[in-house]
Amino acid sequence: MKLTLKIWRQDGANTKGKMVDYPIDGIEGDMSFLEMLDVLNEELVAKGEEPVEFDHDCREGICGSCSLQINGEPHGPDRLITTCQLHMRSFNDGDTITIEPFRANAFPVIKDLIVDRTAFDRIQQAGGYVSVNTSGNTIDANSIPVNKHNADDSFNAATCIGCGACVAACKNASAMLFTSAKVSQYALLPQGRVEAVDRVQAMVRQMDEEGFGNCSNTGACELECPKGISLENIARMNREYLSANAKG
Amino acid sequence: MGGLLKSSVAKKFAMALSGLFLVLFLLQHFTINFISVISPDVFNEISHFMGTNFLVQAILQPILIFGVIFHFIMGFVLEIQNRNARSIGYANYKGSANSSWMSRNMIFSGAVILAFLGLHFYDFWFPEIMHKYIESHPEDPTRYYEETIAKFENPIRVGVYVISFVFLMLHLLHGFASSFQSVGFNNKYSKGLQGFTKAFAILIPLGFIFIAVYHYINHL
Repeated sequence: MKLTLKIWRQDGANTKGKMVDYPIDGIEGDMSFLEMLDVLNEELVAKGEEPVEFDHDCREGICGSCSLQINGEPHGPDRLITTCQLHMRSFNDGDTITIEPFRANAFPVIKDLIVDRTAFDRIQQAGGYVSVNTSGNTIDANSIPVNKHNADDSFNAATCIGCGACVAACKNASAMLFTSAKVSQYALLPQGRVEAVDRVQAMVRQMDEEGFGNCSNTGACELECPKGISLENIARMNREYLSANAKG
Repeated sequence: MGGLLKSSVAKKFAMALSGLFLVLFLLQHFTINFISVISPDVFNEISHFMGTNFLVQAILQPILIFGVIFHFIMGFVLEIQNRNARSIGYANYKGSANSSWMSRNMIFSGAVILAFLGLHFYDFWFPEIMHKYIESHPEDPTRYYEETIAKFENPIRVGVYVISFVFLMLHLLHGFASSFQSVGFNNKYSKGLQGFTKAFAILIPLGFIFIAVYHYINHL
């Protein structure tokens, strides 16, 4: 397969970047998208050029590291997969593929296609946890009965890998889907209810402070999410937040 | 309230509530307008009541004007904030792959509706205020129907009304359903509710278009 890659190149956080064209040949349909970039980087290194920097880790769709905007969509054209699970058979010989970093002011570019997503970490740290003493006296979580429907919804929310595709897809660069998934996974469980009021207020406050945009319910985040996190979580977070503020 | 409106969730909530309020007003406005097609006398009677009733004029009308201004200002404020959240845009952004045109262009359809409101106020609201409160004409309960249909004699104006209501339809197709999501309503009934909001978003603007075209054709 012969392709033309248009890739965002940027030396560092404070330098100006630009799209650079790279022709590439000999790409197999069974290669993953990241393997295709590996091939490109080997060629660039062989030519004495700087390889393209991109985030990756597990390469099996669970770590949330890979973060590429491919042909205008986060993680590329296929649904419910991350970039590392995208295969080159999704493209055709002769295609031009644009590869950009996830764009949001809250996700500043570090280099080339790598962005700083620690804003998500700070949102999580603001309240995405349950305060329990884990020093040996922990009670088995299964000793507290949990409604099956709530347990399922909580688990589904917890499958969010924090990749940032929701922010990248949203025309407003909103982080509502990520934050709401983290709020929901605790709000739906009895162990999480104890700190629910403080949690939702703190996490929404942190999300706003990070400079993400507002949600306008386009639904792009839900559709592009590799884990299929539902918009129901945003509605739940809105309820939680409004009810928390009503309580004062 | 000011503090609460600083949060993104609260802004969405306020936007949704003002939108739902305006949807209710739209239904009421349509109902009265539609009566002009059925019975000029009843239309005059209701318009006279609306134009002279103290509760409507002194309390509901200011609330409505506040709702309209709030919805527009908040819409523009949110749009500016949202644009500022991504200073460097994508070279390739395929919004159509994951969202509807209506949902991505609410500010555009909203701006067209705002421009239409300017024309609508010029046509009806300002002359009404002038007639009643500045020129202080004696009240004539039979004047409303003739005044209304006179505005639909000009085909260009009717055309502008029709186009504006198409944009209102596009705005409502996303906005009405979206407001329920923003107030936290997303459950097993949401699919049915979405069907209702889509039917409303199409039928009510079509109804307004029908009324304008009906009065225009009646004049030919």
